[in-house]
Amino acid sequence: MIKFCMRIFSLITLSISVLFFVISSTFAGSPTKVGFVYLTTPGDHGWTYAHELGKQMVEKRFGKDVKVSVVENVPEGPDATRVIRELAKQGNEIIFTTSFGYMEPTLKVAKEFPNVKFEHITGYKRSKNVATGNIRFYEGRYIQGVVAGLMTKTNKIGYIGAYPIAEVIMGINAFAQGLKSVNKDASISVIWANTWYDPVKEADAAKVHIAEGADVLAQHTDSPAMLQIAEKNGAMGFGQSTDMSAFAPKAQLFASINNWGPYYIKKIEELRNGKWNTGDGPNHWPGNVWGGIKSDMLVISKFQNMPANVAQKAQEALDGIKTGKINIFAGPLIDNTGKEIIPAGKALDDGALWGMNYYLQGVNGKVPG
Amino acid sequence: MDALVLTIIATSIPLLLAATGELIAEKSGVLNLGVEGMMLSGAVGALGAVLWLNNPYYGIVAGALSGILMASIFSIFTINFMTNQVATGLGLTIFATGLTGLAGAPLVGKTITSLPKIEIFLLSDIPVVGSILFKQDFVAYLSIAIIIYISFFLKYSKSGIILRAVGDDHQSAHSVGYPVKKIRWYATCFGGMCAGIGGAYIPLVLTPHWSEGMTAGRGWIALALVVFASWIPWRIIVGALIFGGITIAQLVGQARGWPIPSQLLSMMPYIATIIALTMISGRLSKNNSAVPSSLGKPFFGSQ
Repeated sequence: MIKFCMRIFSLITLSISVLFFVISSTFAGSPTKVGFVYLTTPGDHGWTYAHELGKQMVEKRFGKDVKVSVVENVPEGPDATRVIRELAKQGNEIIFTTSFGYMEPTLKVAKEFPNVKFEHITGYKRSKNVATGNIRFYEGRYIQGVVAGLMTKTNKIGYIGAYPIAEVIMGINAFAQGLKSVNKDASISVIWANTWYDPVKEADAAKVHIAEGADVLAQHTDSPAMLQIAEKNGAMGFGQSTDMSAFAPKAQLFASINNWGPYYIKKIEELRNGKWNTGDGPNHWPGNVWGGIKSDMLVISKFQNMPANVAQKAQEALDGIKTGKINIFAGPLIDNTGKEIIPAGKALDDGALWGMNYYLQGVNGKVPG
Repeated sequence: MDALVLTIIATSIPLLLAATGELIAEKSGVLNLGVEGMMLSGAVGALGAVLWLNNPYYGIVAGALSGILMASIFSIFTINFMTNQVATGLGLTIFATGLTGLAGAPLVGKTITSLPKIEIFLLSDIPVVGSILFKQDFVAYLSIAIIIYISFFLKYSKSGIILRAVGDDHQSAHSVGYPVKKIRWYATCFGGMCAGIGGAYIPLVLTPHWSEGMTAGRGWIALALVVFASWIPWRIIVGALIFGGITIAQLVGQARGWPIPSQLLSMMPYIATIIALTMISGRLSKNNSAVPSSLGKPFFGSQ
């Protein structure tokens, strides 16, 4: 008798679940399911916070037409594979994986779910259903260099980098190009934190830079710690990823703000119209979306705490990049050992940027490793 | 140069406090691996209190209380329910990381005024030494006072000797009539208090804001420091300063372009800990070590 009841019970459950499945797949046409994987939480007030703002723009733009799921605090590596697979299983049609280290996990899961579209942020490998997206962060660094060159009194610029990878080195070199365009005597010294995120270490590095005589600081790490130290010690600096003027109202000259929203919206729209693609061209950087100031993916915040003539120069640099008048990596480029990288009349292409393992003139020391 | 020495001291203080607290807990036989978690809750508690009450000194109190709260959770499980200390400690850190992320969410993006420096009359005017030693903030003085106090406490006071007895052989201590569980509770909570203040020092002085996981592993370094100091309080000062010194030295080396790989210098404190550990285990055989013998063992006696 019990066995019979059990059988009936399981039959009923089965039929109900089948019924639900049929109903849900029939009416699933309306909202597009979108998944996001975050490295930390929006609480970092930096990298992930910028993605969160992008996600909010998506929700605002599409309203009921999308259903967004987010997984926070996903470590790069095997855990990421598990999380991405789970999002794909839940029926998300497009999944944005928002950190460099998710590259291999994304490709792996993409193979298992050929009908799901994947967008990997800052990666360089694509496949049939994996596209990549990135921001030309270095454009903002060039303007930082211009402002730093005009603001510094000691001619010493302190730069805090996370890891000596092409993306960060490209930023340092762009900064050096901006610096050189207005001030030939100033030089940049670089401290590698060997971490993206450790507020105390970032603060320590900033203190060391200031003790060594630097009066303008720049960072390629995630927390607002550097700007707070600058504020306390009468130095200046630039905000990273998001506007950090709340932390350093007197020290922030401007911030380079990552604006992922337009890219997310564009890709989701493409998916909904059946026009989603991974772009053309070879399977290397910059992938299919690599937008900068021109395409509004990099936004420069208000110029503040600087005299009007400096702000004007900064605006000119900004306009120059926007109109294409300024080519940041145009020849002649000479590295800091005197070796010519590219002669006058030529310019580095995107592929060459991702191969940078040298410092240009104006940067002290050499790239570690 | 002054500025660099001050930076080294400031970097060392959270480590110093957390390690001192952990030392007392371990001396009573409790291995609390939740230092990182207790530091994080101290940090978030302190920042919240300062934003609410607008006085950085309340931050110290709030940090201490948050640390004690976390230590109490640990004590209930390990001392009363006799769970495994290692697993519970790890659990505490994971729990606190999540909890502080949740509690700290409304604090993101806010900043506070730092703890003021206190100049000690006349002494602060001594050239070089004065500005380094006698122009510090309250927590810096407090941490040195705590170390001096517990050095004497452990060596000369009756309660200190009982605490050590509990940590060395809880059965014997119990049979003589000492309340093992109660003493361990107090010691663990003292550890939580110190770790909480150490964590509070980060938003109160070093970087006046909250961001998730901002202690970035300093709790684990504090644990290593206790071993490095081989359970002798004054050596924690040396260890913390060496640790802070090497951290800053490798940053200075990079800024000045010294030809030493920064990764190598970053390894140094850990190598020093391993060497210290090896030396201690060598001495263990000679039976004159300060390692508490009952460390990590749950006490099953009734009371």
